Amino acid sequence: MKTLVSPFDKKDLAELTAGQTVFISGVLYTARDEAHKRVCEYVRSNKPLPFDLKGATIYYAGPCPAKEGKACGSCGPTTSARMNKYAPALFDLGLTAAIGKGEMSEEVIKAIKRNNACYFAAIGGAGALYGDRIKKCDLVAFPDLLSEGVYRLEVENFPAVVAIDSNGNSIYKNF
Amino acid sequence: MRKINSKQIEYAVYRLALKAGVNLTEPCLKSLENSLKRETSASAKFALETVLENAETAKEQNMPVCQDTGVAVVLMEIGQEVFIEGKLLSDAVNDGVVRAYKEGYFRKSTCDPLTRENPGDNSPAFLHTEIVSGDKIQITFLPKGFGSENMSKLYMLTPADGVEGIIDAIVKTVELAGSRPCPPVFVGVGIGGTFDVAALNAKKALTRNPGVFSPREDVKYIEKTALEKINALGIGAQGFGGKITALGVSCLLAPTHISGLPVAVNIQCHAVRCEKGEI
Repeated sequence: MKTLVSPFDKKDLAELTAGQTVFISGVLYTARDEAHKRVCEYVRSNKPLPFDLKGATIYYAGPCPAKEGKACGSCGPTTSARMNKYAPALFDLGLTAAIGKGEMSEEVIKAIKRNNACYFAAIGGAGALYGDRIKKCDLVAFPDLLSEGVYRLEVENFPAVVAIDSNGNSIYKNF
Repeated sequence: MRKINSKQIEYAVYRLALKAGVNLTEPCLKSLENSLKRETSASAKFALETVLENAETAKEQNMPVCQDTGVAVVLMEIGQEVFIEGKLLSDAVNDGVVRAYKEGYFRKSTCDPLTRENPGDNSPAFLHTEIVSGDKIQITFLPKGFGSENMSKLYMLTPADGVEGIIDAIVKTVELAGSRPCPPVFVGVGIGGTFDVAALNAKKALTRNPGVFSPREDVKYIEKTALEKINALGIGAQGFGGKITALGVSCLLAPTHISGLPVAVNIQCHAVRCEKGEI
């Protein structure tokens, strides 16, 4: 199985096709509903973002607290469709990829296509497995949001499926 | 009259919550293993294999099986010969939940519905009590994640809609949910009662084991037929396409009004977590 390292090279993303299984390693930023809302407010009011979106990969997730000796607690993907409202703007701002679970809207698919980006589906409900593969976890923004804040993760071998490829093909349309 | 101290209840809730957050139920694991055997879609098999590996990791490392450790739903049947001394019952339950979510390194997911402010301790628990005969307390702890809760629906059907209307409502709910609630799902259905009773019964139906049908033939027909139709939708594990979209359909009935047929459909993701205890 192919291993991809984030931040991704768009040339590598262009070779992926919907339905393909991959491992993802490297740097990811977590963001859920509230963090997305704030990032979009920052953009609207021209405030500098607390992390660089350009070339970044966002993981739609909110971790459990880490036990002693662990970098992170359980941390599987959350439902991506709740980010439909925000995702197109973030892809247009330079976001390269998103990882979550479940289908996303037509608007998101179009944004992925025009930016040659990619959307990966991690396996929902596999929080312990993903948490165990997070080797570093640092809070970078919005501490008041607790688990919904933005965390910078360094991960190894996250199992995922290419759900929407850079040509706009979606695994969710094929059944 | 049997006296039970609130400390016993608090401790029981704490223990059940700790266990529920980490472990899938045995019937759920069996059902997932069977699904993997029957599934033919490669992506769906990959998802099911990952989910089963995850259950092992969670157990070995004593980590929450899913990061969405949910809101704490507590169903309690209290024998009417029981006298509870000590704290207010709801305080005892909340304190047990708060302790478990802290010590278990569970995520704290409750918040104000408008300000979205998170108290950071996963309180309050959603406690439903029922007075029954006897001198015991039965406690069921159901951590309920919201990826699946968000996909639940309530229909106020008419008597003319009948059994076929009920089956259509169940199947339609799962179809609309698509890939979002972490299929294969477990579907709890409350049939009859009032608006509120149907919803609570749908939640209670999720405390039954997936794959077990109702002993009542007409109810079993609804469960089996709905399950077959759901699995014919082709959504599959994680929405990747496949044969297994649901692990089971479980209905709980209540008498209703001559004018109505409430049907509540509560969706549970494949991570079925439910622990029961008795004091």
